[in-house]
This record gives sequence, C-alpha cells and structure tokens, in this order.
Amino acid sequence: MNLKPISAKAPPLTIKAINTTSYKDRLLGYIKHPLSGLLFLIVTVAALVTFAVLLFIIGYILIRGVPHLNLSLFEFQYNTTNVSMMPAIINTLIMVVLALLISGPLGIFSAIYLVEYAGSANRLVKIVRMTAETLSGIPSIVYGLFGMLFFVVTIGWGYSMLAGALTLSIMILPLVMRTTEEALISVPISYREGSYALGAGKLRTVFRIVLPGAIPGILAGIILATGRVMGETAALLFTAGSVAQVPDSVLGSGRTLAVHMYVLANEGLHVNQASATGVVLLVLVLLINWLSAAVAKKIVK
Amino acid sequence: MKKQLIESVMKYIFMLAATVSILAVALICAFLFINGVPAMHEIGFFNFLLGRVWAPSDTPQVFGIFPMILGSIYITAGAIIVGVPIGVLTAIFMAKFCPPILYRYLKPATQLLAGIPSIVYGFFGLIVIVPMVRETFGITFGGNGQSIFTASILLGIMILPTIIGVSEAAIRAVPESYYEAAVAMGASHERSVFFVVTPAAGSGIMTSIILGVGRAIGETMAVILVAGNQARMPTGLFRGVRTLTANIVMEMGYAAELHREALIATGVVLFVFILIINVLFNLMKKRGQQL
Repeated sequence: MNLKPISAKAPPLTIKAINTTSYKDRLLGYIKHPLSGLLFLIVTVAALVTFAVLLFIIGYILIRGVPHLNLSLFEFQYNTTNVSMMPAIINTLIMVVLALLISGPLGIFSAIYLVEYAGSANRLVKIVRMTAETLSGIPSIVYGLFGMLFFVVTIGWGYSMLAGALTLSIMILPLVMRTTEEALISVPISYREGSYALGAGKLRTVFRIVLPGAIPGILAGIILATGRVMGETAALLFTAGSVAQVPDSVLGSGRTLAVHMYVLANEGLHVNQASATGVVLLVLVLLINWLSAAVAKKIVK
Repeated sequence: MKKQLIESVMKYIFMLAATVSILAVALICAFLFINGVPAMHEIGFFNFLLGRVWAPSDTPQVFGIFPMILGSIYITAGAIIVGVPIGVLTAIFMAKFCPPILYRYLKPATQLLAGIPSIVYGFFGLIVIVPMVRETFGITFGGNGQSIFTASILLGIMILPTIIGVSEAAIRAVPESYYEAAVAMGASHERSVFFVVTPAAGSGIMTSIILGVGRAIGETMAVILVAGNQARMPTGLFRGVRTLTANIVMEMGYAAELHREALIATGVVLFVFILIINVLFNLMKKRGQQL
C-alpha cells in the first residue's frame, strides 16, 4: 500500500539552482566549443524552418482565399456561375453526423470491451489491437477502393453518402477506439471498486461510473475524428461521388467540402473559388482541432 | 435472473463491437485481393509489376506499373530526405532546447500541422511550390514545375508532424540519468543531447521515420496536384512522375473491365507495401521495448 504520512510530502522547491549559466556565458562557451555552437544553431534553424513553413502555409491560404469569399459562394443552389460551396458544406455536416453515428458507438463499445471486460492476456484483445493498428496505417485511397468495391458495387448502393459514411467510419474507427481506451484507462480503479462495493453490477459501473469520468477524453477523440472526416478526399471520391448538390436521401451522391475543393483545383477553372473554399475548410478543421485540444485539456484538470 | 441476462448480453454486444475491426481488415483484404489478383494473373504477374509501359487506351492494352512503383519510391525517398533531418532536429529542439513558455505555443502548432487536410496542402503546393520550382529550375533543368522535386518538398512538410511527434516522445523517454551522466563528465548541453540522448532514442526515431514513409507512400490528393502524373518511367528530378496512389485516382473514374481491375491491382500493390511497412513498424517497436 502506498500510504505515507502527510508530513512526508516534499515541501515545494524553493532552492534556486546554483549551476545555471547566463546567456552571455553560454555564448562565450560556444566560441570555446564551436561544435556545440553549431549543433545549437542547426536545431534552432530546423525548428524555425518548421514553424515558418506552418505560418506560411496557413497565412498564404488565408491571404489568398479571404478576398475571394463572397456571398454568391454561399447560395443554396450550386451552378457553374456561382460555384457555391453551400451544398458541399451541408454534405460535409451530413457526412460527419453519419460517420460518427456509426463509428462512435462501435469504437466506444470496442474500447469498453478491451478495457473493462477482457484481460490484457486475452487472445482476442491482441488480435483486435493488431487489426486496429493495421487499420490506422491504411492510406485513405485504399479505403476508397474498398468502399467502392464493397458498398458501391457489391451491396449496390451506387455512389452515395451512406457508402461514403460507412467507408469513413471504418477509417476513423481505430482513432475513436484508441482515444476512448486511453480515456477509460485513465479513470482510477478505485472508482470501479467503490461502485462494486456499493453493490452495483458491472454494466451499471461501466455506464454510470466509468463512462462519465471518461467523457472528456472520448469527446476529444470524437472531435478529432470529425476533423479527419472533414478533411478527407481520397476515400470519398469513389464512394460518395462528386455531385455538387445536397442529395435527397443518404443513398444519393454528394461531394463534401474537401472533395469540392479538389474538383475545383483539379479543373483549374475556378482557382479563386478553390482558394476561398480552402479558407473555409482550413478554418473549420483548425477550429475542430483546437476544440479537441481544449476538451482534452479538461482531463488534466 | 433478468439482470444477469442483460449483463451477459451486453458483454457479448461489446465483444461483437470489438470484432468489427477484425472484420473490417478481413473484408478489406478479401475484397482487394479477390478483385485485384485475377487481373495480375491475366496480365502476368511480372509483366504487371515490372512492365515499363502503362497504356490502357492502346490495342492491345498494356498494363505495367513499374513506372508508378518507382514514382512512389522516389517521391517517398525525397520526402524522407527533406522531412527527416528537419523533423528530427525540430523534435530535439522541442524536447531539449525549447523554453517552456515557447513550448506552450509550439506543441499545439505541430499538432496544427497534422490537422491541415491533405487537399489544402496539395492546393498550397499547386499555387506556391509549383510556380516557385518552375521559375527557379525551369530554365536550367526544364519541366513545368510539377515534378518529383516539388512533390518531395510538399510531402517532406506533410510528414513533419508525424516525425516530430514520435521522435520527441522517444527522446523524452530516454532516462534523465543518461543526460546527467554526460553533463557530469563535462560534456556541454548540446554534446550530451546529440551524442548521448539522441542515439539512445534511436529505435523511436526509426519508428517515426517508418511511420513517415507510410504516410508519404499512401498520400494521394496532395501528390496528384503537384507531381505531374505522367504515366512513364521517371526521367529526372525536375520532371513529372505518377505514383501508385495517383494512378488509381486519375483513371478509376472512367476505367472499365481489365483496366479497372488493373487499377484495383495497383491498390493491392500499394496495400502490400503498407503491410510491409506495418510489419517493420511492429518489429521496430518490439526492439524499442526490449532495449
């Protein structure tokens, strides 16, 4: 047992380190040891390059695209004169909801099985972990091919939102599973023990005690998955197709924002509209990622 | 009794959900191989893999994907040459040199880099890097800017977050005592980090590179916009090239019969590449755990 008397807790460190060096000393040191100076220089330059590139990409997309944002890009009907992205935005939302409706429960339930029910020595668990890892390494175009062969051709849905959503839900399944697993593991064992001690069953403990504690982690994973669905193109081209309208039903074809942007950029006729679409897509995805990080931070608190 | 029934039913529902990912992998393998392998057989396994001509509109049709295999390998290699040094050095910076105040902003920034959709990267490459390469190297080396070189730079940027994230974690996982011992022996901070800590994180850094290779070889939408996509043997660093992934997206829309099956077979080849990378990744991870 890990019971220590309270007084044994270490007092907050107030002793100031005596072996620190000032920046001046460090610079002088680099003259004495040129290799160290060089190494310091290259790491700093590499980091600068990385973050300069990031700033440049985001800055460029915004500066290039924002002036081309106008109201006609947000009209409800798409035609070749207004090249509206509104149907694509609506399709993206439908796609996100469908994909999450399928992979959310599946991913969360699988994670519950892995963490709460199966022991770590379980053979099934090992296979599930291995396959989930394989799934997360498969490139999106291979998912696209599979979705086309299975949902579009074999089941016979044709290019449809449903085929696209199912393809994407397989793609994001490992992500949802892994984040949920981590969230469940982070719930202290004592919560479960407490619940059992009060006479609650396994199921009740999982749903009433463990899951509520894991919600921020699960939510962060789901939001991250949303970002991936929004940005996905290759897996959707041959499953959901690229019709630029909002379909009447989930069995109709429709393009999401990312597919819309690809079609515009690839045709080369509407580069300005493509850059405006890029702004909307980038802002949406970055917002989603930020939200995910913000929710994830809640766990630490 | 009823309660127990629900308990055990739910247990099996959870178990069923867990088996979905197994089912998914099995289905993906089955459908790709069943649809792709007969075409390979019909074209001839070696004619398909090592054939140097891809001409689906000729009579008779010729399906050789060697140019695309080379294209994927060249571009991936280029991405590694561009991305790994910058990525690993940035990871070292993040783990050992970054002041805590800066770190609070830079860490989310690397995650931002991972969050940008590949189509946005592709568009950026198309309107920024392609013209830049065309103007800088076009006069001396020819080419219109859509080239192996351009795609390598863009993919090099795209694999940065993977490399930085995994390498940084690996460097941080090295016991602090290694660093302390090196400093105690009189080595400077830089020397300790570069010659003691980083080598100790070697297998983790290798893992990050393997993951980067996986990302680069499977990347589709960004490559298709900047690589030129000419289905011929690569002729130079500044000339266009087509990758396996681009081959599928370019022609799947209108392909029929054997052509279509040949494209699916292209997907099978890509899938096998990824599986090999996965095995390498697992071996590397096991080695990392043993050390």
